[in-house]
Amino acid sequence: MALIASGNPLVSLKHVRFAYGAREILHDVDLTVHRGQVVAIMGGSGSGKTTLLRLIGGQLQANAGTVEVDGQNMGRLPVAALYALRRRMGMLFQFGALFTDMNVFDNVAFPLREHTALPAGTIRDLVLMKLHAVGLRGAAALMPSELSGGMARRVALARAVALDPMLMLYDEPFAGLDPISLGTIGHLIRRLNDALGAASIMVTHDVQASLDLVDYIYFVSEGGIVAHGAPADIRASNDPFVHQFVHAEADGPVPFHYPAPPMASLLDGARA
Amino acid sequence: MSALLRAIGAMTVNGIWRLGFMARFFYALLRYSGQSFRRLPLTIREIYFSGTLSLLIILVSGLFVGLVLGLQGYDILQRFGSSDALGIMVALSLLRELGPVVAGLLFASRAGSAVTAEIGLMKTTEQLQAMDMMAVNPIARVVAPRFWGGVISMPLLAAMFSAMGIFGGWLIGVLAIGVDDGAFWSQMRASVDFRYDIINGVIKSFVFGVAVSLIAVFEGYDCQPTAEGVSRAITRTVVSSALAILALDFVLTSFMFRGL
Repeated sequence: MALIASGNPLVSLKHVRFAYGAREILHDVDLTVHRGQVVAIMGGSGSGKTTLLRLIGGQLQANAGTVEVDGQNMGRLPVAALYALRRRMGMLFQFGALFTDMNVFDNVAFPLREHTALPAGTIRDLVLMKLHAVGLRGAAALMPSELSGGMARRVALARAVALDPMLMLYDEPFAGLDPISLGTIGHLIRRLNDALGAASIMVTHDVQASLDLVDYIYFVSEGGIVAHGAPADIRASNDPFVHQFVHAEADGPVPFHYPAPPMASLLDGARA
Repeated sequence: MSALLRAIGAMTVNGIWRLGFMARFFYALLRYSGQSFRRLPLTIREIYFSGTLSLLIILVSGLFVGLVLGLQGYDILQRFGSSDALGIMVALSLLRELGPVVAGLLFASRAGSAVTAEIGLMKTTEQLQAMDMMAVNPIARVVAPRFWGGVISMPLLAAMFSAMGIFGGWLIGVLAIGVDDGAFWSQMRASVDFRYDIINGVIKSFVFGVAVSLIAVFEGYDCQPTAEGVSRAITRTVVSSALAILALDFVLTSFMFRGL
């Protein structure tokens, strides 16, 4: 089970604004995540979810407001300090981003070899433990090209938690997975988060998987947080956007039709 | 007319911006090169991929260029009764010009394009981003070893190209046509100057190695992360490298061999 959200937040965004040139992506975003929590960021395509994740990971810098991780302002960290902080973070990319020139074992061993001076035997033991945790100890010798999408995602998860991170970031962890793989990944995200006492933030479209898994949900639309709450609150929400999203309705605050003149004005009869 | 001017202006600004970005990229590459040298196996691995795996095409091409030089050289020299100077002609043509230039062009096509494709695909599949998120600098871990692997390989490949070309010239000149074996080698030994001819050739191939390797890693790192973007980056690597080699060859030749 999730730990109780209390004390100083591990991740805190205050009045964050981000734009690519004149194109504003996020505006006035406030968000907090505590240790032990699994938090989902949901919203339509192009709503700014992944940008939010990249701001938290320090890959992008906010134009205004503050992004703090473990009390450190991500926008003001020099490269060395940013890298020191990232050693305590893990990220699962949408399609795993495994190194294609390394086998499964070497992929998981990569962060251990880069950041620790552990002897080869200890690294071997740690890698096998991480692979065992995701159920792929037997696949250690396989190359990424020999893995299914779900297996690749699990190997990437083992690699992301290799250094026992305090914060896990997930970018669309359920995209393109069959129901069994989806359930497995969801179960692993929860279990690893609780075992590590970490915090997890996941960007996802998958409403049902998320409602069963996470402790808190933020809904992003048109660059702002439009609703947030615990899964029970979200299920019961009367907010039109949340209702449309949770019930997968084709039309609502997010319109079915791309803006266009009325159809009647374009028909031949209307012109006559 | 104004649209044409705008397009030329945009191209110029974009070109200058890219050159500036490339200069900053090169500075970062040099800055993080120490890390890649401290982990020598990474660079040695890239010397194998860029150098050793290019060896076959370099040796075969060198042989054919030498064979052609032997035929053409003999045809021209025998008109002046100087067919014994075939060894000098073949050696100087290869050491000064054809060795570095043709080896550079082949190296750009074979190894440069492969490096661009590899880095570009790593970018497209978010491997570079994943590395960065694991607090591992992709320039130090991926780019610098590939750059130095190319820089170290290029002069060695050019030397092997020249050696194979001289062998090809000897095959045609001495074995096939019947030029005197002793005259072929002795005239070559007497006329080829180590500093003036060989060292200048090595300097040329080193400069070409820096240019081709820099273009290859930069194009891969800067490409659009799509299939089309990678394909365009590979094309740019081959075209830009060829132009850079030929332009630099003129500049270097004008400084090295002015007949002074």
